[in-house]
Amino acid sequence: MKKVLVILLLAVVGFYLADVFIGIGFGNDHFVKSDEIKPVKDIYLQQTVENLKVSNAVTSIVVNFRGFDTLGEVTVLFLSVTALGSILYRKRHHAGDRSVLFSASSIVTAGSKLLFPPILLLGAYVFIHGHLSPGGGFQGGVIIATGFLLMLLAYENYTVSHNALSIVESFAGITFAVIGLMGFMNGGTFLQNFLPVGTLNDLFSGGIIPIIYIAVGFKVAAELTGVIYTVLNEKGDQKNG
Amino acid sequence: MDNTYYDLLTYVVYGSAILVMLIGLYAVLVKKSLLKIVIGLSIVDSGLNLLIVSLGYLKNGTAPIFSKGFFELAADKPMVDPLLQALVLTAIVIGFGVTAVALSLVIRLWRHHHTLYIDEIKNLKW
Repeated sequence: MKKVLVILLLAVVGFYLADVFIGIGFGNDHFVKSDEIKPVKDIYLQQTVENLKVSNAVTSIVVNFRGFDTLGEVTVLFLSVTALGSILYRKRHHAGDRSVLFSASSIVTAGSKLLFPPILLLGAYVFIHGHLSPGGGFQGGVIIATGFLLMLLAYENYTVSHNALSIVESFAGITFAVIGLMGFMNGGTFLQNFLPVGTLNDLFSGGIIPIIYIAVGFKVAAELTGVIYTVLNEKGDQKNG
Repeated sequence: MDNTYYDLLTYVVYGSAILVMLIGLYAVLVKKSLLKIVIGLSIVDSGLNLLIVSLGYLKNGTAPIFSKGFFELAADKPMVDPLLQALVLTAIVIGFGVTAVALSLVIRLWRHHHTLYIDEIKNLKW
């Protein structure tokens, strides 16, 4: 009975959602263009090429036009990681005290030792080239965290230092905030560019955008590794909670 | 590309994105296991992200990246909306944070009650 009701409710919700979106249409440009009024997309794309000299328009929006939003996003990520750590807090925390159903075979351990450096390299490549190619700080950070996840799954006594993680994390966060505040020193606004922008499609281009994205990459990598480490060290059946 | 192709694509793209959202909502509303509820929440996230990204697509559009290949091969094509992609990037990260905190709460409930089924957790009833 309950399932029928839920399906009916969802059918109504889905019908009206689909009605609205199919009315909008897929791939249509609805904006009536004129000389005075331009869609915000065109302004972003124009400014990205002409002023910022950044190839990837998504990066320039995330870090520059909506950079304050990204600072808030990084703060939300930090807050959720802190909440996870404090909810799962335990007084006694032994190293290597991990919930393992069965230990990894020798193929997995040998292979992960081989794969770990290339994964880190790929992650670093993705966030260093965040302003030139698809990718960026968040994606690169996630790739690096998967490398640590592989090592943690393969080796039962592999540990990551919580102090090192928090140092990397706070340093990256401070870098983001300080670069943002340095925009004020040149008489500008928060997160305003103060470095030379270079030429388009050059590795050293875009002013402060690559620096901020590299900081975001380190921060996301440290935070996600911390999440994985905290959750993996959680033993299911302990008597005193 | 002719128009009927895009008309068909409208139904396929938006329909599948909305279907993914509804599957997630169904899991949240009907399932009894807390783990499945959290999985349902993240499925709703994925469907919503698909919907927002597909909203920014333009006919014959290319990726919003001014690479060398773009200037050589596709300079006359319109670019899809990068703003929605940036918003979805934010939404994915926030979705990760939501999932992480929800899973940690589930682990905490497991520690106290040793069950994940909300019917068996008596403290929830009043």
